[in-house]
Amino acid sequence: MTTLFIDGAVAEDPWVSIDGEQPVPEAEDVIVSLALFEAQRHALLTRNEGRLGVYLEADDQIDAIADDLGKIDLVALDFPSFADGRAFSKARLLRDRHGFAGEIRATGDVRIDQVQHMRRSGFNALAVHHQPTVDSLMEIKDAGLNLFYQPAIEGAEARSSSGGRSWARRAL
Amino acid sequence: MYRYDEFDREFVTSRVAQFRDQVERRVSGELTEDNFKPLRLQNGVYLQLHAYMLRVAVPYGTLNSSQMRMLGHIARKYDRDYGHFTTRQNIQFNWPKLADIPDILEDLASVEMHAIQTSGNCIRNVTADHLAGAAADEVADPRPYAEILRQWSTIHPEFLFLPRKFKIAVIGSPNDRAAMQFHDIGLEVRKNDAGELGLRVFVGGGLGRTPMIGKMIRDWLPEEDMLSYCEAILRVYNLYGRRDNKYKARIKILVHETGLDDLKKDIEAEFERIKDGVLKLPDEDVAAIAAYFAPSEFADLPAKDDGLEQAKLDNRSFARWVDRNVVEHAQSGYAIVTVALKGTGEAPGDATSAQMDVLADLGEKYSFDELRVSHEQNVILPHVQLSDLKAVYDALLEAGMASANAGLITDIIACPGLDYCALATARSIPVAQELSQRFADLDCQNDIGDLKLKISGCINACGHHHVGHIGILGVDRRGEELYQVTLGGSGDEQAAVGEIIGRGFSKDEIGDAVETIVDTYLARRLSDDEAFLETYRRLGPQPFKDALYPAKETA
Repeated sequence: MTTLFIDGAVAEDPWVSIDGEQPVPEAEDVIVSLALFEAQRHALLTRNEGRLGVYLEADDQIDAIADDLGKIDLVALDFPSFADGRAFSKARLLRDRHGFAGEIRATGDVRIDQVQHMRRSGFNALAVHHQPTVDSLMEIKDAGLNLFYQPAIEGAEARSSSGGRSWARRAL
Repeated sequence: MYRYDEFDREFVTSRVAQFRDQVERRVSGELTEDNFKPLRLQNGVYLQLHAYMLRVAVPYGTLNSSQMRMLGHIARKYDRDYGHFTTRQNIQFNWPKLADIPDILEDLASVEMHAIQTSGNCIRNVTADHLAGAAADEVADPRPYAEILRQWSTIHPEFLFLPRKFKIAVIGSPNDRAAMQFHDIGLEVRKNDAGELGLRVFVGGGLGRTPMIGKMIRDWLPEEDMLSYCEAILRVYNLYGRRDNKYKARIKILVHETGLDDLKKDIEAEFERIKDGVLKLPDEDVAAIAAYFAPSEFADLPAKDDGLEQAKLDNRSFARWVDRNVVEHAQSGYAIVTVALKGTGEAPGDATSAQMDVLADLGEKYSFDELRVSHEQNVILPHVQLSDLKAVYDALLEAGMASANAGLITDIIACPGLDYCALATARSIPVAQELSQRFADLDCQNDIGDLKLKISGCINACGHHHVGHIGILGVDRRGEELYQVTLGGSGDEQAAVGEIIGRGFSKDEIGDAVETIVDTYLARRLSDDEAFLETYRRLGPQPFKDALYPAKETA
């Protein structure tokens, strides 16, 4: 059972995940694997209806979709385990290097203790299996701190009033 | 030294509360050990062979007297009355109860200390030259840079789940006392011809099972770019570092397999993109942090103190201690004292709570309230007036800390080894103790002269054996402890990885083997002034091999 949170609130998921060889429905919002995206790139990018999302596994790099991000509405980044932190840097690059403004969704082993790090790295959506994490997020408890020693995603945090430290931030 | 402001205090306090919640969830069973592990590691809590171990950060090895006193208090109240200073300038407590750890962290927070990121696959406590701010050869104090890096790396959301641990060291002298080139990132603060401060940047150094000397990636980096450049390195490492094999996951392997030039292209491209962004360090902010490390208010004193000279004449033991354990300070009339935690037969780096109290008192009274922990597992009193040296010595003597062996063969580095550590394959402390007793005679040690002996109880090399002039690595061979010897390693500016000299020795043989090596050196050195490492570099391994393995010579 997966619960989707967007910008901190429980949300219905309008997206359909398509994998393997099945045909891509013309009018639906679909999330496709990188393999499928590469195989049907032209068709996927020129659909008339239905939004496009791409799911990247931990080994996939965002360079593979970088040129097409203008036509992609959602990128799902997988956390195969709690301890694999590659997706943090990918989210950061999507936002900062590529200016991607669509949904960045964390999937896989999403745990409460990393939720704040995910948000600070650019994720705005979380697909959560882990029930204690779902419960905590329902209580709006993200196990994070309110003070930060480094700037993260622009706009999410304020410069700290603490003098003489351009790198310090405070939660809004 | 750095002092917390409101921001830091609030940060550390909320971090303690957060960990208290995590410990409660672990105790209640909501968190399994698997889920709890990365969280406790980021707070310095290891599960050792017999108990949990708490590793407390001593940022760049600098602490004040109330902090040292608090470490003593923790040893007394929550542990077995001692602590262990480590090769990463930290202190470990070996026997705390998990349920007590939130309270310990709260006690630490009250003196502006924490255990954040002293373990786990994240950016670890930043280390620095233990003589920073005192050494006569210093270009600039490395600690402001280390402090800025400490802050930036603390709970950096992107870099908490790296492929492997990540260590940064900063020095500010041409002479490297921090083994800087054996860190994932090594930084040397330097001045250019225009008198501006900047950094020389090394990447991909490390010890462990694949020792590598760091490669210079930037000869000059303006100081304003320090965080941007480090962030670029970390981002590239986080994305591309190997995660399929923990023994190949450090950045040194990425550098080695990708090649410095190719990796540098990626790093420089990312740096170019972000360097004029939010991480660019404003001059005034660097200056604000540097102000915390402004030189103490030293008195104007002559370079020579008659009372000291007389005391040396009156007391030979004191004179020998001054010769070995006291070095020149940048300020005339002052000196730097090394308190060697290496008494005969003792476990290197261990100090009792009573000894920590004495160190705190001495720091407060004689060293501008400052102490240091060195990566050689000693404690430093960085700013002592020459006229106070005798009083310091007397107090140390009474507390059992006046070993006059700094830099000598019994100033041994050793990891905790199989007596404590879950990773160890052999004991290190008993070997250190035996060697310490074997070479206890101070005349004999002084005759041998400068010699760095370093012992690790497993391939992970926490005892820095690769950079020992004599290195000893304990391994397990079919249930027996076996000790391999490397010679010629060095962690200084002429960095070198020691060479394995031949087959290993049993625990009963290793003492004789070291003595044979030392005897060979004494017999072959050109003069008393030629140190062991110089002789080794001149002669190479062969004479030592011949002496250690005479049977092979005849075969």
